[in-house]
Amino acid sequence: MNKLQSYIKTFLLWELWLGLSVTLRNFFKRSVTIQYPEEKTPQSFRFRGLHALRRYPNGEERCIACKLCEAVCPALAITIESDVSDDGTRRTTRYDIDLFKCIYCGFCEEACPVDAIVETRIHEYHMEAPGENIMTKDKLLAVGEKFDAMISADKAADAKYR
Amino acid sequence: MDALVQMVLDIWNSIPADFQYLIVTLAKILLVTITVILVVAFTTYFERKVIGHMQGRIGPNRVGPLGLGQPFADVIKLLIKEVVVPEKSNRFLFVIAPLLAIIPALATWAVIPLAPNFVIADINAGLLYVLALTSVGVYGIILAGWATNSKYAFLGAMRSGAQIVAYEIAMGFALVGVLMAAGSLNLGDITRAQAGGFSNWFLVPLLPLFFVYFISGVAETNRAPFDVTEGESEIVAGFHVEYSGVAFAVFFLAEYANIILISALTAIFFLGGWASPFEGWAFLGDGSLLREPSFIWLAAKICFFIFVFFWLRATFPRYRYDQIMRLGWKVFIPVTIVWIAVEGVMVWLQLGPWERLAG
Repeated sequence: MNKLQSYIKTFLLWELWLGLSVTLRNFFKRSVTIQYPEEKTPQSFRFRGLHALRRYPNGEERCIACKLCEAVCPALAITIESDVSDDGTRRTTRYDIDLFKCIYCGFCEEACPVDAIVETRIHEYHMEAPGENIMTKDKLLAVGEKFDAMISADKAADAKYR
Repeated sequence: MDALVQMVLDIWNSIPADFQYLIVTLAKILLVTITVILVVAFTTYFERKVIGHMQGRIGPNRVGPLGLGQPFADVIKLLIKEVVVPEKSNRFLFVIAPLLAIIPALATWAVIPLAPNFVIADINAGLLYVLALTSVGVYGIILAGWATNSKYAFLGAMRSGAQIVAYEIAMGFALVGVLMAAGSLNLGDITRAQAGGFSNWFLVPLLPLFFVYFISGVAETNRAPFDVTEGESEIVAGFHVEYSGVAFAVFFLAEYANIILISALTAIFFLGGWASPFEGWAFLGDGSLLREPSFIWLAAKICFFIFVFFWLRATFPRYRYDQIMRLGWKVFIPVTIVWIAVEGVMVWLQLGPWERLAG
């Protein structure tokens, strides 16, 4: 009896009609497409994008060249050289991040005792020539200055969970 | 102005009648061919929109308003691409294969009655002509696979050959049922036999044959879920792996022209072609446009079947090759034969919806 039932079901294309009804229902549903350059999906304040080096409000660099980020970096993307600066403090003379090596894990940000290196929400960047993938100290500081308001707001939003 | 019209008329009348007929026929052919090619262009757009929406996407929308310029962008892209002819291919067959695919797809339109008084060639054996030309279409695919001299293309061609032979038979038998019901091979007569509203369409007495015919039609055009010929995941692109640029565009055109053709044929054989579905509804009034037979009805029915083609593609995964063969030989052919016998008995006894049908 069961065999006959399944035979009739197969012959009447029962399962196929069910499948067709699913696609037809979806045809009349709203599409979920985001029109990317015009529309964007919401982004978390913890988004890990392009790196930046921050300064204190008085303009002093936060980074103290402790090299914790270099040590924790699983992709060995960070290269730091340090020296004593003119005012007698320990400063980096070189702070390079290779964006091709970086896996955007955020460990550097976690490891930093002075909140100097951060990952911003910027993810729409590109390189046009070989070598542009190396974020030098100057470039990192420039990003930090340009997007200071955004970085500070994100840090403040995240602060209560730390 | 009148003088000019008079002059044109004089020139027209001075042409021998045979030439007049030739010119009118050529004009009709040109009209139908260009229309079909334009419709093909927008069918590709329609397909991408339909499948897009079924998958929760919105499909092409960047070129022109609503993305309507997309087909033209695609055509221009294909036209300016290089045509690569593989070194070890058979050059002559390689070039002629796309033409062999497109010519039958366009030539079949000669006997399709597009409107009550518009058909290019009103021949008596129209249905035989249709069957003959749709079978010729497979030559283009087989030759393309053979001439390319590539294993993938050859496999695709062989699959296509076997598949089309298998489904041609079921298709032919389904049409025998239509033939019995209409009592004529002329497509115009078949349409006229279904006049008088949708209850008179052959869809009702020949329901199983309708399904067999349409599914065989999907298999004939090598569309999903019967697209083992192209089977991206197994044999790259099947018979047209090595085709590029214009040559590929012609195959593309042939495939979509065939889709439209099968849709038109299904509409004519089972849904009354240009006949209006509301013909029997007297309360619509005598002069009501809804009751008049016109090209619009045929176009609407064709659009519906084209939609079903894309609907099937969006829904079903590809059949396995042996399943295709099983369906064709062991399901469709017995079903059609049984239903032809049932139809014969029913017409003989003049029962139910069969009573109007020609004996």
